[in-house]
Amino acid sequence: MIRFILLQNRQGKTRLAKYYIPLEDSEKHRVEYEVHRLVVNRDPKFTNFVEFRSHKVIYRRYAGLFFSLCVDITDNELAYLESIHLFVEILDHFFSNVCELDLVFNFHKVYLILDEFILAGELQETSKKAIIERMGELEKQD
Amino acid sequence: MEQLQKIGRELAMASSQGQSKEFQDLIKSIGEARSKSEEDRIILSEIETLKARITQPDIPKRKLKEFILRLVYIEMLGHDASFGYIHAVKMTHDENLSLKRTGYLAVTLFLNEDHDLIILIVNTIQKDLKSDNYLVVCAALNAVCRLINEETIPAVLPQVVELLSHGKEAVRKKAVMALHRFYQRAPSSVSHLVANFRKKLCDNDPGVMGATLCPLFDLITIDVTSYKDLVVSFVSILKQIAERRLPKSYDYHQMPAPFIQIKLLKILAVLGNGDKRASEQMYMIVGDIMKKCDSTSNIGNAVLYESICCATSIHPNSKLLGSAADAISKFLKSDSHNLKYLGIDTLGRLIKINPEIAEQHQLAVIDCLEDPDDTLKRKTFELLYKMTKSSNVEVIVDRMIDYMINISDNHYKTEIASRCVELAEQFAPSNQWFIQTMNKVFEHAGDLVNIKVAHNLMRLIAEGFGEDDADADSQLRSSAVESYLRIVGEPKLPSAFLQLICWVLGEYGTVDGKYSATYITGKLCDAAEAHATDDTVKAYAISALMKIYTFEIAAGRKVDMLPECQSFIEDLLASSSTDLQQRAYELQAVIGLDPQTVANVMPMDASCEDIEIDKSLAFLNGYVQEAFEKGAQPYIPESDRSGNGSVGHYRGQEQHEVSSHALRFEAYELPKPVVPTISTPVTVATSNELVPVPEPSYQTEVRRPVSSGHDLGSAELKLRLDGVQRKWGRSTYSSTTSSNSVSDYNKTQDGATLRDVVGSANSKSPGTVKQQQPEVPPEKQKLAASLFGGTLKSEKRAPSAATKGSKANIHAAEKFQIARANSADVTAIKTASQSLPDLLDLGEPSVSTRTETVDPFKQLEGLIDEDKTPAQGLEGVDVPKAPDVMSLYADLTPSSDTPFSTSEGLANAASQNGHGGNTKANTAHQMSKGPNLKDALEKDALARQVGVNPTIRNPNLFSDLLG
Repeated sequence: MIRFILLQNRQGKTRLAKYYIPLEDSEKHRVEYEVHRLVVNRDPKFTNFVEFRSHKVIYRRYAGLFFSLCVDITDNELAYLESIHLFVEILDHFFSNVCELDLVFNFHKVYLILDEFILAGELQETSKKAIIERMGELEKQD
Repeated sequence: MEQLQKIGRELAMASSQGQSKEFQDLIKSIGEARSKSEEDRIILSEIETLKARITQPDIPKRKLKEFILRLVYIEMLGHDASFGYIHAVKMTHDENLSLKRTGYLAVTLFLNEDHDLIILIVNTIQKDLKSDNYLVVCAALNAVCRLINEETIPAVLPQVVELLSHGKEAVRKKAVMALHRFYQRAPSSVSHLVANFRKKLCDNDPGVMGATLCPLFDLITIDVTSYKDLVVSFVSILKQIAERRLPKSYDYHQMPAPFIQIKLLKILAVLGNGDKRASEQMYMIVGDIMKKCDSTSNIGNAVLYESICCATSIHPNSKLLGSAADAISKFLKSDSHNLKYLGIDTLGRLIKINPEIAEQHQLAVIDCLEDPDDTLKRKTFELLYKMTKSSNVEVIVDRMIDYMINISDNHYKTEIASRCVELAEQFAPSNQWFIQTMNKVFEHAGDLVNIKVAHNLMRLIAEGFGEDDADADSQLRSSAVESYLRIVGEPKLPSAFLQLICWVLGEYGTVDGKYSATYITGKLCDAAEAHATDDTVKAYAISALMKIYTFEIAAGRKVDMLPECQSFIEDLLASSSTDLQQRAYELQAVIGLDPQTVANVMPMDASCEDIEIDKSLAFLNGYVQEAFEKGAQPYIPESDRSGNGSVGHYRGQEQHEVSSHALRFEAYELPKPVVPTISTPVTVATSNELVPVPEPSYQTEVRRPVSSGHDLGSAELKLRLDGVQRKWGRSTYSSTTSSNSVSDYNKTQDGATLRDVVGSANSKSPGTVKQQQPEVPPEKQKLAASLFGGTLKSEKRAPSAATKGSKANIHAAEKFQIARANSADVTAIKTASQSLPDLLDLGEPSVSTRTETVDPFKQLEGLIDEDKTPAQGLEGVDVPKAPDVMSLYADLTPSSDTPFSTSEGLANAASQNGHGGNTKANTAHQMSKGPNLKDALEKDALARQVGVNPTIRNPNLFSDLLG
């Protein structure tokens, strides 16, 4: 199960944070700080997985943004690594050529996309088409 | 000019629909803040503005929505926006879908499931779940997954169940997830509904079916047997997916619905575990999937990995395991760290079934062990842990300890320390080694290991090996004493270790007569004084002192107490800890006794003797009788007392009370109780019937004699040996001497060595050997040998295969060659891998290193240039140096540009060889989409009009994430 998902830039600024487990605010700050420290200086040829307390963080860097997923120790690392990529592909589709700036100004939309992709800590929909269509319908309502 | 500006602004507005200038300025100023404190200042003033404005009457709805989003933004940056929560809650009540959704989004981000405001939302959720607009229902279900807790589940459960058969697949899917969430929160609340999950497995929408796999996986993990009938269904679903019968939209990088495949394989792994019949139904499809996996893409390897996990979990099938082994060796030979990691992981799974397989991969494993990547290293330690046996335990544990010393992460340190202990206990080749190893573990991680470990060690030293070899036992003790005397003076020893040291010195310090009582007691006092704040250590120390003095007295020698011991005891006599005081007084009292009594009270080396305990306290019968006659009440054991006797009982009651006070969500007009938990009657506690506890004085008097009768001094330190598992000892200890060897295949008969077993195993591996490759460093060879039972060492220890006698030499030679070649391969791969940065993550173009003053337009132009640079750089560049340069790159060395892009160029070239799946995928992606320069330029223009410029701090703001 996914514990949380974080989008952070190289300076550690949180661009998006979604927690699927209840955490205290202070704990969230610590988690964000620690995860950033874990991933930011890792050699790019190293594995994309880092142990984090009793879980593991799967992260991937896109331009200046780090996408980090915290999952259970028994989860399939590579599959979650690819789910990050799928998420980015969806974002890319939605924003057409997504860049960090899109996410900065439209963080609420990113949240909505995320809610279609992951629910209750599990991947709920893995079809890019289905998600893009749903978002299209939601956009129409605005 | 003004008009132009206006157009620009409008364009910018369009880019982030409907946000006011104010909001964009906020985001912009945060983006440009140069320090955390500046950012905090901006946010604080923003909070003030919002506080003032959000409460104003008649704010337009649109504006209010933006305020809520601003609150979300504030929270995201780590500030408290709780003043606005109520407005977010109110927004969920709104009729307008867009506002409602924003409200739900905000509350799911703001509130935890036990927040007070949830009550206000539940009602809205109930209403929205019944809405005709499925988008409203979806929004409500999203909130259900996040906000409904055990107490409020009953309020929404009937509706959620109803939604399982909603017309829209999106609703059904979310309803399944919500039900799964309920199941995780409170299994009992939905236990009568689990049949629904089975039904939903047959849903005709693949998304719903895929979502159903999550709860089913949980259910099956808990109770395998009741789901065996589903094996057929899962297998057939998997088959359909593999045959690409699912809609194309579920394909990901040319794999058919890989995420669903993975989930199914996970489920099959559980269902087939230890069940031959079920497993037989799976062999075919799992084998098929393994064959079909595209091993050049990440996702293909993810599926492959999962199918290997499945194959190693279900009842073994040689064909499947064969292809698993092939896949594993491909993983291990890969130059991607991620794949190596998976290789090590799966190797660990496979060696449980087939222990010999590790030997083929020894050099790859050693490379991973020495890799600078901690994640990979730890995974490799995990593997080593699984393949430890008595022949390689020394090397493995030594490595683990070396690594343990250098890490600061306490969580992992604890784990690796306890593993060291476990392995040492199981496989220790000699007492000496065992004690030294334990010393190291204690010295560096003493506070992290379970105190039981220290107790186990004490027990081991006290009991010896249980064989009638008194010499060996006393030798063990002497060596322990000796090593502890050496260590005890060191600063900063962990408490548990000091306790152990004190105990051993007290029991055995003077036994062999090598050290005088004065010397030992001096050391003990020093240790206690050096840790003046640790009462436990002091207690151990003074008890040790007592033992040494009494042994002296019993042996008829005169006790000559050192002045420092004297003062130590005096300190404790006045200690604020009653325990220490008592020990000190007891010491004084015992020293004053005559030798005969002392020898009886504190017998030498008697820590293993059983102490007779009169549990029924029969010797007090007379006293009790007397008390009865005087009219005392009989004692009622605690467990028999009614009322809130046991904690468990008490808690049960509390729960009842909670549920009876729980909120009622059903309307008042409906009288019949819907929820079973609510209707259970609460039995009022019979707390008044508590039987009076016997007077305290009586109790203490009963206990007193016991403690003073048996427990004097040493007994207080006595270990509770019963119930502690005996881990170390006979079986493995003797394995080096007796023929009862653990590993049958390295038995010896006529001098042939283990090496040839390895050799023959190795010679089977693919014969394409490049002889001209450079040699493996000798220390690596040695390590391989000692880990996998190879050359040097095994010759001495040399249990070995009988049949190979005559061929031994040939094999040995062969082995050596192959080892050389193998490692050469590995090194070759290694150099290659050094020059290959992960392609997908190459997003950080070299240009950005020198952006400080550069115009973003230039940057974009730079992006084009970059394509050319690699080509020039290809020749004559010192490839292995690239990683160093990359690390330098962080320091923004001006010269870093060329080599960096060169390595990228190399990587591009290498991608044609099919390395790394993401490479291919990415290039494909680029072909279809391409880094669209025009788009990027437009976007940049927009951004400029909004007024956002890339700052020094984040030059990447504009780069395409997928570029």
